[in-house]
Amino acid sequence: MIPLSYYLILSGILFTLGVAGFIVKSDLISVFISIELMLNAVNLSLIAFSHYLRDMTGNLFVFFVMVVAAAEAAVGLAIIIAVVRNRQTLSLDEMDLMKH
Amino acid sequence: MLNLQLILFLIFGALAVAGGINMLRSRSPIYGALSLILVMGALAVLYLLLGAEFIAFVQILVYAGAIMVLFVFVIMLLNAQPLPPHERARFARRLGLPAIFILLGILAAAFALRYSRARLAAGSPMFHVRSIGQALFHQGLLPFEATSVLFLVGIAGAVLLAARPETQSSGTDTPAVKAADRSGL
Repeated sequence: MIPLSYYLILSGILFTLGVAGFIVKSDLISVFISIELMLNAVNLSLIAFSHYLRDMTGNLFVFFVMVVAAAEAAVGLAIIIAVVRNRQTLSLDEMDLMKH
Repeated sequence: MLNLQLILFLIFGALAVAGGINMLRSRSPIYGALSLILVMGALAVLYLLLGAEFIAFVQILVYAGAIMVLFVFVIMLLNAQPLPPHERARFARRLGLPAIFILLGILAAAFALRYSRARLAAGSPMFHVRSIGQALFHQGLLPFEATSVLFLVGIAGAVLLAARPETQSSGTDTPAVKAADRSGL
């Protein structure tokens, strides 16, 4: 029997790595990848709770999270393509249109 | 049975963490994307251990398959190169790593204290595809239909955003100009 907290701590580690990547990375695509890592970490904890509570709802939640993540990836990558077409860079430091 | 589950958890949990750390370390977006595929594969095995077979296969098919292929495709299309590290403020360089460990410590302590007694029952998969489908089309019918609308809007938005703005002189362009145009996005 594995303690539930093992899964939750693993999920916490992955989420923290995602947060760190989100803050540290300097290009747009890597930041987006970090967001996906955070989503996956939360999915793991939802599945672990679903197993622990013997409740189907966690599985359904994860299914809908995946669906929304798929739509988000499609729209987000289209936005990235549009940004790169207009500014010819992926660097977040140079995306300062709203700052000035 | 009992030890096998723990061993599998440790192996694939370590793989997932290694993938996450590699994602954080690598400067190049393509290595980050490939590390994320490793994390997703490891998580799919953990989902199987947790009895969620449907979610495990959807993870492989949709996440590691469709979404990450889209990522890799866009990275290749944009020819994303590693960027030079950007300048950071001094407090960010000094406090960044401790802040991450504090966040991790808070999460881990909260989980470990709150669920110290909780044990996961070993055994066969609990959530079969049949029961998932029944739950999805009975309780979850309205959200399910709502996501189809979301997808439609998402497809339309992606096409609209990624399509080239139509130039008025497109009819008069020579093929050479068009080809040069296309190669430069």
